[in-house]
Amino acid sequence: MVSPVIQTSSLTRHFGEIKAVDQLTLEVQAGEIFGFLGHNGAGKTTTVRLLNGVIEATSGEARVLGLNPQTQGSALRARTGVLTETPSLDERLTARDNLSIYADLYNFPRADVSARVHFLLTEFELAERADEKVAGYSKGMKQRLALARALLHKPEVLFLDEPTSGLDPVAARHVNDLVEHLARREGCTVFLCTHNLVEAQKLCDRVAVMEHGHLVALGTPSDLTRQYVKRLDVDLEVDPTQIELVLQIVQGLPQLVSGPPKQKKDMLTLTLSGRKAIPELLHILVQKGLHVYRLAPQEANLEEVYFALHGNTQ
Amino acid sequence: MNTRAILAIARKDLKVAIQNKGVVLPIIILPLVLFVILPWIMAYASSFTETTGASNDIGELLARMPAGLLHELSGFAPNQQLIVFSLVYMLAPMFLIMPLMVSSVLAADSFAGEKERKTLEALLYTPITDQELFAAKLLGSWTTALAVTLLSFIVYAVMVNAAGWQSIGRIFFPNWMWIALVVWVTPAVAGLGLVVMVFASARAQGFQDAYQTGGLVVLPVIALMVGQVSGVMYFSLSVVMIVGLAIWLIDAVLLWFASKSFRRSQLMTKF
Ligand SMILES: Nc1ncnc2c1ncn2[C@@H]1O[C@H](COP(=O)(O)OP(=O)(O)O)[C@@H](O)[C@H]1O
Ligand SMILES: [Mg+2]
Repeated sequence: MVSPVIQTSSLTRHFGEIKAVDQLTLEVQAGEIFGFLGHNGAGKTTTVRLLNGVIEATSGEARVLGLNPQTQGSALRARTGVLTETPSLDERLTARDNLSIYADLYNFPRADVSARVHFLLTEFELAERADEKVAGYSKGMKQRLALARALLHKPEVLFLDEPTSGLDPVAARHVNDLVEHLARREGCTVFLCTHNLVEAQKLCDRVAVMEHGHLVALGTPSDLTRQYVKRLDVDLEVDPTQIELVLQIVQGLPQLVSGPPKQKKDMLTLTLSGRKAIPELLHILVQKGLHVYRLAPQEANLEEVYFALHGNTQ
Repeated sequence: MNTRAILAIARKDLKVAIQNKGVVLPIIILPLVLFVILPWIMAYASSFTETTGASNDIGELLARMPAGLLHELSGFAPNQQLIVFSLVYMLAPMFLIMPLMVSSVLAADSFAGEKERKTLEALLYTPITDQELFAAKLLGSWTTALAVTLLSFIVYAVMVNAAGWQSIGRIFFPNWMWIALVVWVTPAVAGLGLVVMVFASARAQGFQDAYQTGGLVVLPVIALMVGQVSGVMYFSLSVVMIVGLAIWLIDAVLLWFASKSFRRSQLMTKF
């Protein structure tokens, strides 16, 4: 079995009274896009810092690519790339300079530096303005440049700290496409910190939900929705003349349908007790001679998981 | 030591610093005033006092000076002594402001300025070690301070000889004391400016803030100036050697403390 790329056990970091990260235990496998979800202050950035040996743990252990961040930080950081929460670019320098300096810092083969920099500038659509000072760049351009810099040395693990926060939807989509490409085509392992649940649902193979430094849930997005979202909404479309009849029938099925149906034009939305209620309901409706055009469960999403979890811990 | 990374950061810091007016203006204005304009004023003032008979007051000033200095001046005619005294001895402690100011203003931009611009965090995620990063930041400011100071010295040497030419008629600058000052004391003083600024930057919010606190480091230089004008001591070769040694020792102690506190984890948690 291949050993995990990131592995922590009871990893903990306190700042005085604050437990920024508390007893975190998780594993991330090679090639995964791993979502690390949580509100502001949940401990995401602190975890990224711990995993890169940039701050010290109060207790617990971590291994990244088999290396100990606390004692082998330099060797480890040579193989990871980090997109920090703020782009942390030198605004008084050009995009090209910003990248070239990091090529030196990562000891990228000298002969290949200018080609690599050119490639990244082109890939991230910055080539035309590569020799302008970064101070004049838009937020999206800065974020792309910061991402290019994080990828410059072809890291095996990429940490992204809220890569799309503050970006417009087009720029955000662009960043997400790149992340997906990296993981799927180039086998890069991605550790994605975000509070954007829609994004996490779309991109991530597995997610961890953090709250006040604690890991409160871990699994694939669909695992988590199954586990935490008990109720299930379905859209039902029948012949418009039969809607009254449906409402009557449904009223007599409290074990399957909870609460009053919502009606929107010719479509009804019912809240069922669970997946198993779907075939039963369909059977009954057909038996009663209804023309069912559509019975579609709404996909529960991470947002609902998130709020379900939030309800639990409060 | 990863010299490629160290040089890259030193170069980057310099490239960034020279875009800060707060860095560039003092580096241009200070030597212009001290080493270009001042020699001419002093030379003219000296010849002016001679022709108006104010030389009695000057005679009194010189008479208060230590015997060693009078001995060193005895090779010059009485009318030349004032020029030599003012341009060679009086300005010697002022010259030290140059390495001090240049190194501290660059260090303020490199340490506190980097914090202000929030560019440090990305650097800390690279493989560079704490010691390498610290060395890179010191090296860039230090070597630049030395280069600028050496250039000012050359300019000053030309200006002093030119300004004094009319009354002295030969090249009288630099003497051995000045050569020791430039070779031995200047690098130590530049180091002092740096290390003090590293401490000042650790608490400061930004460039200006650090520069104002760290600027207090000129006080010892002013003390040396006052000491010489009041006749308590003068810049002889041996005084210069001892002052240099003392500053090197102070540098070593401060550097040791500074390097101990320059840790990634501490820099990062200060955000
Ligand atoms: N350097 C620090 N000093 C003191 N407290 C900190 C420091 N860094 C983070 N914290 C605290 O730790 C908690 C987690 O912060 P962080 O990891 O930045 O959360 P997130 O990235 O999920 O928003 C917060 O309460 C934050 O205030
Ligand atoms: Mg954060």
